[in-house]
Amino acid sequence: MSAPIVITNVSLYGDTPSDLVLVDGQIASLDAADAPADARTIDGSGLVALPGLVDLHTHLREPGREDAETIETGSRSAARGGFTAVHAMANTTPTADTAGVVELVASRGREVGLVDVYPVGAVTVGLNGTQLSEMGAMANSRAQVRVFSDDGKCVHDPLLMRRALEYVKTFDGVVAQHAQEPRLTEGSQMHEGLVSAELGLAGWPAVAEESIIARDVLLAEHVGSRVHICHLSTAGSVEIVRWAKSRGIQVTAEAMPHHLLLTDESARGYDPRFKVNPPLRTQEDVDALRAGLEDGTIDIVATDHAPHPDEDKDCEWGAAAFGMIGLETALGIVQKTMVDTGRLTWRDVARILSETPASIGRDEAHGRPLAVGEPANVTLVDPADAWTVEPAATDSRSNNSPFGGIELPGRAVATFLRGTPTYVDDRFTALTEGASA
Amino acid sequence: MKHLLGTDGLSREDAVLILDTAGQMAATQEREIRKLPTLRGRTVVNLFFEDSTRTRISFEAAAKRLSADVINFSAKGSSLSKGESLKDTALTLQAMGADAVVVRHWASGAAQRLAESGWLHGSVSVLNAGDGTHQHPTQALLDAFTMRRHLMGAAVGDDVTGKGLDGLTVALVGDILHSRVAGSNIALLRTLGANVVVVAPPTLLPYGLEERGEVAVHYTLDDALEAHDLDAIMMLRVQRERMTGGGSGFFPSPEEYTRLFGLDRARMDRLTDHAIILHPGPMNRGLEISAEAADSPRSVIVEQVSNGVAVRMAALYLLLSGEEASA
Repeated sequence: MSAPIVITNVSLYGDTPSDLVLVDGQIASLDAADAPADARTIDGSGLVALPGLVDLHTHLREPGREDAETIETGSRSAARGGFTAVHAMANTTPTADTAGVVELVASRGREVGLVDVYPVGAVTVGLNGTQLSEMGAMANSRAQVRVFSDDGKCVHDPLLMRRALEYVKTFDGVVAQHAQEPRLTEGSQMHEGLVSAELGLAGWPAVAEESIIARDVLLAEHVGSRVHICHLSTAGSVEIVRWAKSRGIQVTAEAMPHHLLLTDESARGYDPRFKVNPPLRTQEDVDALRAGLEDGTIDIVATDHAPHPDEDKDCEWGAAAFGMIGLETALGIVQKTMVDTGRLTWRDVARILSETPASIGRDEAHGRPLAVGEPANVTLVDPADAWTVEPAATDSRSNNSPFGGIELPGRAVATFLRGTPTYVDDRFTALTEGASA
Repeated sequence: MKHLLGTDGLSREDAVLILDTAGQMAATQEREIRKLPTLRGRTVVNLFFEDSTRTRISFEAAAKRLSADVINFSAKGSSLSKGESLKDTALTLQAMGADAVVVRHWASGAAQRLAESGWLHGSVSVLNAGDGTHQHPTQALLDAFTMRRHLMGAAVGDDVTGKGLDGLTVALVGDILHSRVAGSNIALLRTLGANVVVVAPPTLLPYGLEERGEVAVHYTLDDALEAHDLDAIMMLRVQRERMTGGGSGFFPSPEEYTRLFGLDRARMDRLTDHAIILHPGPMNRGLEISAEAADSPRSVIVEQVSNGVAVRMAALYLLLSGEEASA
């Protein structure tokens, strides 16, 4: 257990200045005067305290692609980005479709100890889309899986999707759908639009996402289940989810930082760092996502952190892998696109990056209030510490960031998991010197 | 000009310079000794990740007639078929001292990536010989050269130096969506002042082409012949794999395609007297073009091939001779 820590004069949720006293893994007090004598003190002036961030959509690559990322390097990158919990997607090798694999991932996460790693279970065996995996076994394993997804692939068979939505009710689970109609996206390389036509790259039309979302919200309504939509990327998808919510359908949706900031224009240089699935869309879509996040249609921001080694990105576009890393840039991009534009407050950021993702994933120890007696999962943000993204300067094992050279207005400067600092900025190194963390 | 990657970034001035230079090159090809010493000691690598005997031979002939050393690197029986990456191939070519790389690749953007990724250092020039479904600039230039020669002088053989294709109306017929020939031609024709008419089933049109309003679009060849007095008509090759097999189903059957889009005798007779027929080859006789049309006096299809050598000589010359045109 880490030494007691006092953070003085920090702005909780960007509002009230307060102190935070972290003792024995809990928030012990909001008054520095209550701190134990041996507590280490840091000055929180100018900083915003948020409940530890929760990523509902992370690719940690282990087991199978440890050349791209490991649970250790991914956890380190997550902590640096302000996260205290991540949900590790199931498209590993072997696939996380059995209790054995999800327990392996969870236990490796515990050993590393930098973030709580919640394995996501595959909906279908081997992500093949033909047979349900043993979701009950994964739910009842020590990993206690609650989120199920074939992410990377769409559960496109409507009957199988219906069964999955029904079945996860057994253990209060949720199916997180990668909405991509496979026939409409065969060979697709980027958003289908004017830019793809000009570049001669096969298009990924918006309707391939929207048609699956429309189907799945109707299925969720029909069977009375909740459904979560991964990486919403189009204006039409926002409209469909808005309509579904107005009907009372239990749908939640996530947007990715890269879809809030970048457009298909980025593909013009054929640099595969901008190749991602679903693809970067148009400015109109970016604007719709921001509006959807502002009005609550989109519930959360998740990273879709997708590490790939150099050889899968330093090549021609058509040969390159889809995906980009994003754990360390997510918070800064949310601030840039949503907070500094006046669309969201820091209180809202706590909701979209911590409370709601924790609630969707049923992570009971995360997304809790910053209040006495609660787990000391805390992220300190310096909203005035502007920085320029350098892809090579990441804690991830891969450096396939599309944000190189972009200036972000702020970042996480310290992350605490149950009172233990898991990442601290240079200014706070006194916190970790001689500590057991 | 350092590289020739596409016609979309090519200025009118540079395009006309290439065509004029090609005219000079073509003139030298009528002499008894056709070989020029211009690129002696320079090395041109033909890097073909896709089979294309015609284009490769054309570039090879062009380089050899300029006295360059030519190295052919093609997919079959080489490291390229064993999964060697474009990057490693580029490093190898660099090490061998290539001055120019002529690249044909299945991936759109491969030539641009080769030119701009930093894999090749120094002064290697990249010529795009066809990248995926994106661009094939020397094909468009040789088509423009052929059209200019036939249509911009009072008679064939008149001096057309300095001219563009101003005022001509040119139709492209067929698979516009997947055709790099169409991609390069549409951009270059517009740069040179021609009116572009596109004829294709809606399934084979690029997204947004109609809305952009830069070209006239028709869904049948008869409609296009009704609406325009064409100076040139370019029939594009229909790829077998675009037909009904494999579920791609861009059109129902070859017969229906021929009925709606094929250039046969009756449609040929509706062309204006001076109109010429082009095809980038290889032709599917009886599918997109009938034998009567392909072999008619209007057809300049065989001439396109010889003009291809002259245009590629011009491109290699301008990129490698160190003459500074505008970038």
